[in-house]
Amino acid sequence: MDQFTINLLFVGASFALYIGIAIWARAGSTSEFYAAGRGVHPVTNGMATAADWMSAASFISMAGLIAFVGYDNSTFLMGWTGGYVLLALLLAPYLRKFGKFTVSEFIGDRFYSSTARMVAVICLIVASVTYVIGQMTGVGVAFGRFLEVSNTTGLLIGACVVFAYAVFGGMKGVTYTQVAQYCVLITAYTIPAVFISLQLTGNPIPALGLFGDHTASGEPLLAKLDATLRELGFAEYTTHNGDTFNMVLFTLSLMIGTAGLPHVIMRFFTVPRVADARWSAGWTLVFIALLYLTAPAVGAMARLNITEMMWPNGLQGDAVSVQQIETEQRYDWMTTWEKTGLLGWEDKNGDGKIQFYNDASPAMEERAAAEGWQGNELTNFNRDILVLANPEIANLPSWVIGLIAAGGLAAALSTAAGLLLAISSAVSHDLIKGQLMPRISEKGELMSARIAMAVSIVVATYLGLNPPGFAAQTVALAFGLAAASIFPALMMGIFTKVNNKGAVAGMLAGLSVTLLYIFLHKGWFFIPDTNSFTDADPLLGTIKSTSFGAVGALVNFAVAFTVSKMTSPIPREIEQLVESVRIPRGAGAATAGH
Amino acid sequence: MADQSPPSASQAASDSAYWSANVRIILISLAIWALCSFGFGILLRPLLSGIAVGGTDLGFWFAQQGSILVFLALIFFYAWRMNKLDQEHGVEEE
Repeated sequence: MDQFTINLLFVGASFALYIGIAIWARAGSTSEFYAAGRGVHPVTNGMATAADWMSAASFISMAGLIAFVGYDNSTFLMGWTGGYVLLALLLAPYLRKFGKFTVSEFIGDRFYSSTARMVAVICLIVASVTYVIGQMTGVGVAFGRFLEVSNTTGLLIGACVVFAYAVFGGMKGVTYTQVAQYCVLITAYTIPAVFISLQLTGNPIPALGLFGDHTASGEPLLAKLDATLRELGFAEYTTHNGDTFNMVLFTLSLMIGTAGLPHVIMRFFTVPRVADARWSAGWTLVFIALLYLTAPAVGAMARLNITEMMWPNGLQGDAVSVQQIETEQRYDWMTTWEKTGLLGWEDKNGDGKIQFYNDASPAMEERAAAEGWQGNELTNFNRDILVLANPEIANLPSWVIGLIAAGGLAAALSTAAGLLLAISSAVSHDLIKGQLMPRISEKGELMSARIAMAVSIVVATYLGLNPPGFAAQTVALAFGLAAASIFPALMMGIFTKVNNKGAVAGMLAGLSVTLLYIFLHKGWFFIPDTNSFTDADPLLGTIKSTSFGAVGALVNFAVAFTVSKMTSPIPREIEQLVESVRIPRGAGAATAGH
Repeated sequence: MADQSPPSASQAASDSAYWSANVRIILISLAIWALCSFGFGILLRPLLSGIAVGGTDLGFWFAQQGSILVFLALIFFYAWRMNKLDQEHGVEEE
């Protein structure tokens, strides 16, 4: 059986599983749909939330970004897990006590203002659409490889599948489908990592193998990797090479963004009790950590494998020859990935070999001159392909490759579909029915939901063709937007007595200043070549557009406090609402607003 | 805060003590949260460079794995501590 058929089998079987479970446990009513978490054990709920939250960015993209940058990209690991501490300590229990279903409902009620609710909806839509663009990038990579077509064709096919998946709808809300998706994605992520860890370090646990010894050389794995990279003129893996201030800001943006993303927060509205909201966040992080502790091992080991593969005769010997790449079985992954347009090489000096080194490094000039190299010849290696290509690079059995295709698609599709649902319900329920046309019929509301979904997927696909970054970087922008708009509003709603005008002004200021900063660096509305600055040389000091969310959040807080100080204090009944949200006693079941 | 209309004055005092205890636990937890991620993982890494861990140093381990483990411990500690605090102040759910 060839690889293509095996991939098809694995992906087909996993989809059949999700659909089967969805039909078996179909939500009967709107309330059941929203409250999928109620009556479900916190552990099960945590697993489902983890699947909901871990997307193409975590699964497909993150380890690749860590692999090619090393220590400096630990930001993704700390940022996307540290946010759960904020969520568990600062938001989840109180929002659960509040007892409604959505973030915009909380903001609307707490700040006794339909304007505040509408602004929250706009913030939610902006962050979610940006998030979907990142997912589409990942979907394009996965489908491109799995169907053996170009990245663009893969993206277009993926868009159709995501649309169908999201319209099919209800299954998203079914906790057990997500539990199945979690199982598929964690197995798919872990098995290849275990194989590779055994090959390189003899340790079956990748997270420990990362800090273990490299079997072939007897040196510690990370020391071996550092030495290998140094020899080829690359920056060392474990050293800090970038800007420290930007690294701190970026980590903070991801953390507060995690605690400000509506589709994650929503999960904690519906657990049975306030006490469970606290436990649930912990269990969610347990299941996320299983992937996040493995990811840095996947990154480091893949980087070593790729480098050694390009230098099969040792770093001082001859580079891999074009003939080897084209004929040897263990280089098959290069020829298959070349078809997607995400991997490329060019024999610049015509010596029949592909030299992979850092041609920007002055340390390499001497050797390049002596050996007649004319630049790095592995010309294109898209970071987003690393995780999916990893089992092939390590020459693992073909069923492992099929499994990782299924896992990547599970991660990307579940999150993309969930976000599309969040966007469409925000548009149709909160914006159109809640604000613009309160008398709209149920049929009209459903129609507007579908239209909103179709429009956002077209926009996301168009922008996904020329994404503002690799999947995880685009998703990081979405986190920055959520960090600057939603998180401060929620926190001030619980911990302070900021009033309606303060909250509205704060959210608007945080969102617009962050959006402006992102557009200035990534192009207006992410349209390529309309940017005035680049992240390599940012507008403000060393602050990259991906890190600006933390600054935006600060602006949000500052504006909100100032405006609130200058305007009338909150009414008595809102003060009582704040008091009651802080005390678990008397928490009823969550109820659907309007 | 005192001018709300709770069932009784002692209840209000107890609720407000509960809230300050909660805020104190949050602040301590967040201090540890920041120390292990921004501190050991990034800013204080040079100070930890003498402590070797598998081919690199302790700061690298904190940045890639240690911080995540600390986050987990913190969330579970907070859940356990708060559920206990709820009972101490009689504010738990029925």
